[in-house]
Amino acid sequence: MSATFEAVPTKRSSLERRRMITSAIGWALCGLAFLLVAIPLLDLVLTILIKGASAFSITLFTTSSNGVKGGLLAAIVGTAVLSLGSLVFAVPIGVGAGMYLSEYGQNRLGSVIRFLSDTLTGMPSVVLGYFSYITMVIGFGWQFSALAGSITLAIMIVPYLARITELSLQRVPVSMREAAFALGARERTVAFNVVLSAGLPGVVTGVLLGLAISVGETAPLIYTAGWSNYVWNGKFIHQPIGYLTYVIWTFIDQPYKSAHALAFAAALLVMLVVLAINIGVRIVLRPKI
Amino acid sequence: MKRASGFRLSLTGIALLIPLALFIIVVFLAQYAWPAIGFNGIRFIGTIDWSLGNLYMNPVTVRGYSVPLGANYGILAFIVGTLLSSFLALLFALPVAVGTAIFLAEAAPDRLRPALSMLVELVAVVPSVVFGLWGIYVLAPLISHYIGPGITAVFGFIPFFNIHNSTGSGFGLLAAAIVLALMITPIIATTLYDALRQVPRELRESAVALGATRFEVVTKTMLPTVRVTLVGGVVLGLGRALGETMAVLMVSGGALNYLPKTIFTPISTMAAFILSQLDSALSDPTGMAVKSLAEIALVLFVITLAVNALARVIVRGATLVRNV
Repeated sequence: MSATFEAVPTKRSSLERRRMITSAIGWALCGLAFLLVAIPLLDLVLTILIKGASAFSITLFTTSSNGVKGGLLAAIVGTAVLSLGSLVFAVPIGVGAGMYLSEYGQNRLGSVIRFLSDTLTGMPSVVLGYFSYITMVIGFGWQFSALAGSITLAIMIVPYLARITELSLQRVPVSMREAAFALGARERTVAFNVVLSAGLPGVVTGVLLGLAISVGETAPLIYTAGWSNYVWNGKFIHQPIGYLTYVIWTFIDQPYKSAHALAFAAALLVMLVVLAINIGVRIVLRPKI
Repeated sequence: MKRASGFRLSLTGIALLIPLALFIIVVFLAQYAWPAIGFNGIRFIGTIDWSLGNLYMNPVTVRGYSVPLGANYGILAFIVGTLLSSFLALLFALPVAVGTAIFLAEAAPDRLRPALSMLVELVAVVPSVVFGLWGIYVLAPLISHYIGPGITAVFGFIPFFNIHNSTGSGFGLLAAAIVLALMITPIIATTLYDALRQVPRELRESAVALGATRFEVVTKTMLPTVRVTLVGGVVLGLGRALGETMAVLMVSGGALNYLPKTIFTPISTMAAFILSQLDSALSDPTGMAVKSLAEIALVLFVITLAVNALARVIVRGATLVRNV
């Protein structure tokens, strides 16, 4: 650093040139780094779009697969049941926990819960799946089932939901709470009718992101939801259920072209949901942040 | 307002479900794995031989536990596979993430910045299994036909980098590391990007006033102020890489009971192994294999928990320091 200061202007020109060149190379490398991230994503999306779209047909949505060819009806229904089922458990708990953290969590207990919640998001999903296997599938005797799968997914998304809810509720101005309390409103009324309704867009964002996570998950489902070639029959336990990510994982290992096509079609469906939610949420939220 | 209302108590109860879940997961895994912990002892992490033993004979009693004859549950190969693939992934991801963050924060045109940073964020939301599919269909052939021979041509004199010392299928350590690197780069990059955007304006202005080029402003004044955040982001990425399952399972080649001799050799990680082996472990009538898998899950859980806790502490510390 000092060398830069002490250099005499006449001597500096070569040094200066070197610094310019170094900077130019640096910028080029940064651009290259960005391309190294962007190109694989674009290639991935394009590959799945092209391979997946060519497998699209009416039968894809109207028939189920026998493991080699056919359609994805059972898997589509199963993914819908599992992810919506997980929201049934996760939304009340996640939003409730988020409300606690935002409204009453400015203390030691709050920071402990916040910390553990963040740590839970980092837990490998396969560990969670294994836990659910030994407790719900074996221990409770539910066997591979929609309920075990949904609860497992719910445990995964609750911490995300709690933290996103907390962040969005905290943006609600304190004066709104004070105004409501001054009017004699009870805690419950303030929390639900004032804070939650004002922070609702953020909470909905969290729910949608949770949905995207559960649609894309595989590892925690393999030993909780199992797999079934047949459309879900309405039973929550003692009945395995299919889902799209399983198709991606196993059908690509089959030696048949038709199975590969189904894997790509399933990947396209999953990616459509995940990207639509994530892009939509970002575009809607961006101007406000 | 002194006394907590029922409403408040019920919200507290709901919030406490999160720590409770964490607690129950640890307790149940530990309780289930307990016989395996006793039977395996130090051999668990000290040997590379994972063998279910002879499942067709009556179980024998070894060290006070009833297990199939010849059963041994050593996971050293999976520990090595996990660590090697994660660290290799970090090695790839770190420079790319730093470059990407700098590009987004300083070089990208203002109008394009939201779209470009969204592109990077989207890499992080691609489901693991879709990365795996892409790995099978695009990456593995790419390694087998171009990247592998390329590396061999340059570094081939080192046996570890010679593709001819492996099957050359493209599935293996390198494929796993590249997929993992792709998955954790956005985590590190966005953490760093956010931190770079928050560097005080005065700091850049002083650097510019001293005659620094724009690139020097970034590397010599801005990066040093966010280095703690960077470390936090890296540890966060490491936590993700250690526990990643589907993508690794699909591209790692699924090695069993050997250590990788080259960067192209198939490996297996702890997470991938848990998932791929439950079916065969269930065939063990004594249940010791399933319990040993639970022990792997427990070990993996403890490791990732520690890594993630460390990352949170670092990142939080960094944020506090910056706000002072």
